[in-house]
Amino acid sequence: MNHAAIVPIVLPALAAALMLIDRRIASQRLLAWVSTLLLAASGAWLVTLAADGWRGVYLAGNWAAPYGIVLVADRLSALMVGLTALLAVVALGAAHKRWDTRGEHFHPLLQVQLMGLNGAFLTGDLFNLFVFFEVLLIASYGLLVHGDGRPRIAAGLRFVTLNLFGSALFLVAASLLYGVTGTLNFADLAARMPALAGGDATLARAGAWMLLTVFCLKAAILPLYLWLPGTYSAASPPVAALFAVMTKVGLYAVLRVFTMVFGAGAGALANAAFPWIAGLAAAGYLLAMLGALAGADLRRLASMLLIGSAGFLLIGVGLGTERSIAAAVFYLPHTTLSAAALYLVADLVARGRGEAADRLRPGPAPLRPAAVGLLFFATAVAVAGLPPLGGFIGKAMLLAAMLPDTGSPAASVGVMWAVVLGGSLFALIALARAGSVLFWKSEAAPVPGAPAPSVRELLPCLLALAAVVAITVFAAPMQRYAQATAAQLLAPEALVDQVLRTVPRAGPHQSRPESFR
Amino acid sequence: MELLMASGIAVLSGSGIYLLLRPRTFDTILGLTLLSYAVNLFIFSMGRLTVGRAPIVEAGGSGYADPLPQALVLTAIVISFAMTALLLVLAVRAKAASGSDDVDGGEPPAGGGAR
Amino acid sequence: MPGALLVLVLAPFAGALVLGCLSQVMATSTPQGRLRHSAWIAGTAALIAAFAFALLAPSVFDGEVQRLRWEWLPALGVGFGLRMDGLALMFAGLILGIGLLVVLYARWYLSPQERTPRFFALLLAFMGAMLGIALSDNLILLAIFWELTSLTSFLLIGFWQHRADAREGARMALTVTGTGGLALLAGVLLLGWIAGGWDLDTVLAAGDRVRAHALYPVCLLLILAGAFTKSAQFPVHFWLPHAMAAPTPVSAYLHSATMVKAGLFLMARLYPTLSGTDLWFYTVTGVGAATLLTGAWHAIFQHDLKGLLAYSTISHLGLITMLFGLDSPMAAVAAVFHLLNHATFKASLFMAAGIIDHETGTRDMRRINGLRKWMPVTATLAIVASAAMAGVPLLNGFLSKEMFLAETLAVEGHRAVRFLVPAAAALATALSVAYSVRFIHDVFFNGEPVNLPRTPHEPPHWMRVPVELLVVLCLLVGLLPSLTVGPLLALASRDVLGGTLPEYSLAIWHGFNAPLAFSLFALAGGTGLYFWLARHRSLHEVADDVGAGKRGFERTIAALLAAARAVTATLEGGGARRTLLLAVGVAVAAGALPWMLGASPFAGLQRDALGEISPGLTAVWAVGAAATLGTVAFAGQRLVALVAVGAVGLVVSLAFVWFGAPDLALTQLLVEVATTLLMMLSLRYLPPESPREPDDRRKLRDAALAAVAGIGLGAIAWAVMVRPFDASIAPWFIERTVSEGGGTNAVNVIIVDFRGLDTFGEMTVMLVAGLVIHALIARIALPAVSGPERATGAPGERRHPLMFATLARALLPFALLVAVYFLLRGHNLPGGGFVAGLLAAIALLMQAVAAGPAAGRPGSDPAALVARRLDRLHLTLGAGLLIACLSGLGSWLFGYPFLTSTFGHPVLPWVGELPLASAAAFDFGVFLVVVGATVLALTGIGRLARRER
Repeated sequence: MNHAAIVPIVLPALAAALMLIDRRIASQRLLAWVSTLLLAASGAWLVTLAADGWRGVYLAGNWAAPYGIVLVADRLSALMVGLTALLAVVALGAAHKRWDTRGEHFHPLLQVQLMGLNGAFLTGDLFNLFVFFEVLLIASYGLLVHGDGRPRIAAGLRFVTLNLFGSALFLVAASLLYGVTGTLNFADLAARMPALAGGDATLARAGAWMLLTVFCLKAAILPLYLWLPGTYSAASPPVAALFAVMTKVGLYAVLRVFTMVFGAGAGALANAAFPWIAGLAAAGYLLAMLGALAGADLRRLASMLLIGSAGFLLIGVGLGTERSIAAAVFYLPHTTLSAAALYLVADLVARGRGEAADRLRPGPAPLRPAAVGLLFFATAVAVAGLPPLGGFIGKAMLLAAMLPDTGSPAASVGVMWAVVLGGSLFALIALARAGSVLFWKSEAAPVPGAPAPSVRELLPCLLALAAVVAITVFAAPMQRYAQATAAQLLAPEALVDQVLRTVPRAGPHQSRPESFR
Repeated sequence: MELLMASGIAVLSGSGIYLLLRPRTFDTILGLTLLSYAVNLFIFSMGRLTVGRAPIVEAGGSGYADPLPQALVLTAIVISFAMTALLLVLAVRAKAASGSDDVDGGEPPAGGGAR
Repeated sequence: MPGALLVLVLAPFAGALVLGCLSQVMATSTPQGRLRHSAWIAGTAALIAAFAFALLAPSVFDGEVQRLRWEWLPALGVGFGLRMDGLALMFAGLILGIGLLVVLYARWYLSPQERTPRFFALLLAFMGAMLGIALSDNLILLAIFWELTSLTSFLLIGFWQHRADAREGARMALTVTGTGGLALLAGVLLLGWIAGGWDLDTVLAAGDRVRAHALYPVCLLLILAGAFTKSAQFPVHFWLPHAMAAPTPVSAYLHSATMVKAGLFLMARLYPTLSGTDLWFYTVTGVGAATLLTGAWHAIFQHDLKGLLAYSTISHLGLITMLFGLDSPMAAVAAVFHLLNHATFKASLFMAAGIIDHETGTRDMRRINGLRKWMPVTATLAIVASAAMAGVPLLNGFLSKEMFLAETLAVEGHRAVRFLVPAAAALATALSVAYSVRFIHDVFFNGEPVNLPRTPHEPPHWMRVPVELLVVLCLLVGLLPSLTVGPLLALASRDVLGGTLPEYSLAIWHGFNAPLAFSLFALAGGTGLYFWLARHRSLHEVADDVGAGKRGFERTIAALLAAARAVTATLEGGGARRTLLLAVGVAVAAGALPWMLGASPFAGLQRDALGEISPGLTAVWAVGAAATLGTVAFAGQRLVALVAVGAVGLVVSLAFVWFGAPDLALTQLLVEVATTLLMMLSLRYLPPESPREPDDRRKLRDAALAAVAGIGLGAIAWAVMVRPFDASIAPWFIERTVSEGGGTNAVNVIIVDFRGLDTFGEMTVMLVAGLVIHALIARIALPAVSGPERATGAPGERRHPLMFATLARALLPFALLVAVYFLLRGHNLPGGGFVAGLLAAIALLMQAVAAGPAAGRPGSDPAALVARRLDRLHLTLGAGLLIACLSGLGSWLFGYPFLTSTFGHPVLPWVGELPLASAAAFDFGVFLVVVGATVLALTGIGRLARRER
């Protein structure tokens, strides 16, 4: 019995439970590190398993699909779980002994957030996806308002209200799909989709598009991204860094549901989201990059770039070809990590700049300008997708993916290229501006008394960047993984088959109580 | 009775969304409550309607109501309860922090954010 | 010796790394020492690279091509490939040679107080990137190194960060060259796609296919855009003069000798593939000529020494571009030749200018005059170098310029072309003579210096050595071209032309021919022009306006920023309501569009769409609808609205009873009570009434949207309810609930067993809600809305008659008992962990409200008791979750998946048969969490109630 698929869900839950039983901060920290590092290990384990084509189908409660809830660990899920764990280590490092004491329950909340994220990445059941969305959301509410402060409360208020509507919509969509198909399991839905026709197909499409709306809301896709900048900019830096992966949950959901359930094989509903959504994504990407130009402080800049990256990824997903999806999958870890790094750098920069904090206006110089400046520069290169770091490769992959194998590319390709490259230019300009104002145009010495960031405080950011560099150096295996992931996603039949054929282990359900004989 | 149920859902969700779009936090919370009623009924109705056949199984019984949507609704009710409670407290806190109970928490929408 | 190739490229980067790491260490040593050490490290790194170069050179001269390849992204045909052929060797040699001299020069130029380690580290990094451009075997790799040079140059220009012009210059350079870099990336991707691969050999071999391809023009223009921006071609040449804010060694190295040559190198590199079409000829020649003339013209009117050199550089870059454009083998040779020559004399001139700046304290040619008396050696060197720049015979500049003139005269094509090209060439040559003469005359003659900051004198010897070496080179090449530069030129040109060299001789004397005549005319005319300008147009007063480019650039950027701000502001202006409105709108569209696109869901349904209508249900419906609308109508008066919502909730649970969902009814009822309690408690801190909204249009809009949404949702529900439902998985649960779930209540069995994972998540949500709420109220005291408002609503003192309190307290044990009962029987009859938990919690909370503010006596108030035991509550939460986890994990021991349950059936008196499914343990965990979370949440507010007294 291979429990690899459930570990990333149960482990943090267990940790959270223990943290509530022993609430001393020291032991909470210890638990947090143990659990998070174990998570990282299990994430790595999943990735290595998935890398050689293993696909785990886990029948929770030992009930056969589609009746029970199945967990599915394939390449994409494994990648997302691994990435989340890595980001968790970064966030935890950034919060350690600094932010985790600025409010209550930081560590349990973080663990529950991880549980929710991993659950969302691993579940193979539509309603269960909803539940894990709620888990990660409510934890994120807690983390968002962590450390208090009026702007955080206000941001939390907006964020929660909007997401409650989103949840309602998710429920409607999910239950509608149940009402039409009579099932909730992804694989079973996929199997039943082709049979739908006429009115049933219409209703199912309504459900599919409402789902898409929910996912785009989470992924911050045009026109549903307006909530993000205010929210993330208000969050404490480590939390914002962790949130960098939250938008990717929505993206993951689009990728999962709209390749597996509403993919090419869905009969009347074939490709219910492709490829028109790519256009939407491109527009969103461009607007976000404009937003980055307009950003008044570094965190807002980071938020806009994050939205932009979501748009960029959705372009790849939306085009729906194996190469474009591969490009998106390749770009995803890079962009997530570098966005997280930027939030952390913003925090480091703000030290010693007093009132000016990370606002893009002349002020006191940042502390440790050399080290922090170098971090900023590297991070900027990473988020802008400039060479030599991996983002450049991802960008090139996506652009190349738009070119047909034979014949001349369509005019739309030209537009897309212009959008992608124009967006990168905007990012470049915005970051150059930010850097020269923050590090070069300093008017005074750092405000006295502010603690200079210690080496330990630089480490989390460094870790994120190290991962980015690793992606660049090991681009080949990474790219192979991405390619294989895309292939796996575009041929879901095998997975559907495997899920529906997995039989529960014979056992405890057999004994029949006397009174019902 | 399907029509009654459907129209009920319509009235509930319509009113809920209208209130959700009001500028005061308490109104939006009321709206969300109504909306969640509507959604719960909607989920429930997705299993079709049967009168008085609770899915409590006796030997030889049949024609039970669909238990799955009921289970889903149960989960949904509890989650939305938790969320509503949280939202209420947030609203209270926002009021205390900014002195206003508007949905933007008295913050300029495109603000810089906090440290 | 491929290893040497790697060393050649990596040594500078390694040096930069070492400097970066040592900078901390060196921070302790004296400024002087820091400068010396950094320079030595930099020099060593460069020398190592040079050594590797020396190892490779001979074999390349023997016609070999040195290669090194490390597969990086084989799937995309991107390898880390290095390749040294003649052209690469020539360019790399240039980069290394000048680089070494610049390091030596900078060691004396920089003041020890500067951040010298950083400077040399950046310089080395740049050198490495340039070598990468020269040697990369793969166009993508080339593009990568290309961007690296832009980045390093950005940092070097901004080295004196305290100076505004340095910051602006740096940003301008980065923006312009960065834009070009993106264009280049696009072009290169396209080129590789057409050619069938990004490796240089593939691309160079695919010339015909590329030129024939439909996208050749796009591809060419994109690549040229990259080259032109990098090589400061008209009309984007404006960034180069502003880059001169950099320290002079940087100007000498990046902005005259190497980086600005990268564009030209790219044209040379891809010459066999891209050249040979009209588009190439007209674009490249035209842009080149325009650059040549603009640069030369503006150079004359600069008063800043470096300004003059900058514009002359632009003009010479234009010259070389134009030569490539002319598209004849001989022209290509001339281009390569002039590329070398320009690098030598211009680098030496920049260094000389730096020396002058260094020793006089100014670069204003209107003040530094007659320096030949003060620094004769430097003067001689500079004069020789500028003579080479002017193309005076016996110097290297002369030779390449002769070839240039000859080629322009030999150009074929339309008559206009045949006239314009040579004319432009001649004119530009004359102008270049003019500014060269000005440089010589203004700086070294022309009377006495005008109040210089310092008294000038010769520089330290080693600072002058690089200049000396370069000038000697100018002379040697000028005198003995075929002996000195000949072989190198041949080698490089052969690769540019793709193998075959034209017939040519590098002699000083070709007899008295047209080019020579042109040269002489230019020399005379140029000199005349300068002195005429100086005498009659008082050159020193002329304020040459070269700001157009800068202004244009800044206007563009400003406009872009303004647009960005405007767009963003309009998007985000609406705040939370805008966001919500958009979300609702999109959702409605998503739900509605399919109806318009696809078949109607009502089409062809046999079943009677109305269903039978029972009067009872209708009545209930009417009450519900009324209450709902009431809520909307009285949303203003919060208490009324609250009552209305409560009524709605009751109706909903009635509906659940009616349609056979007792569990839902029960839960709904309890949640209803809890929520109402919560709202009542929190109402004390919210205004009891909301002001009337002024904007009716907005309300109307929202109402319309809401109506559409409601009707839509209702329609969908109806459409689903009236269609047959055969394929559902529901029956499976009914069949299995007893036999395999071990409970008769299918709903509960689904909750705790079949779909236990949902519940697992759900209870976590509950738990976190409790935690967050507690965290939100744990630390602060809220001001209650006081005064008359209190009377209107919130549960104040008067609303807490003692009787209610005592009643509530009396009920507590009973309520708890019922809760336990529900918990136990849940598996078979309506009930279960949630219901039980909520029941218990509410029972406790009744106390909180009942006791309310009235009961201040310690111990008398359960809420207070609970509050004092908050740790216990956390314990309850933790224990609940722990129990759930463990009961789920237990199955691992028996080799079953998470949450697998098993059961036996002991029978208890009057509870009935008790299914001890292991799921029951799980359910108990749920119970604990629900109790803990709910109480934690509400007592939080209860505590506020007390705290504010």
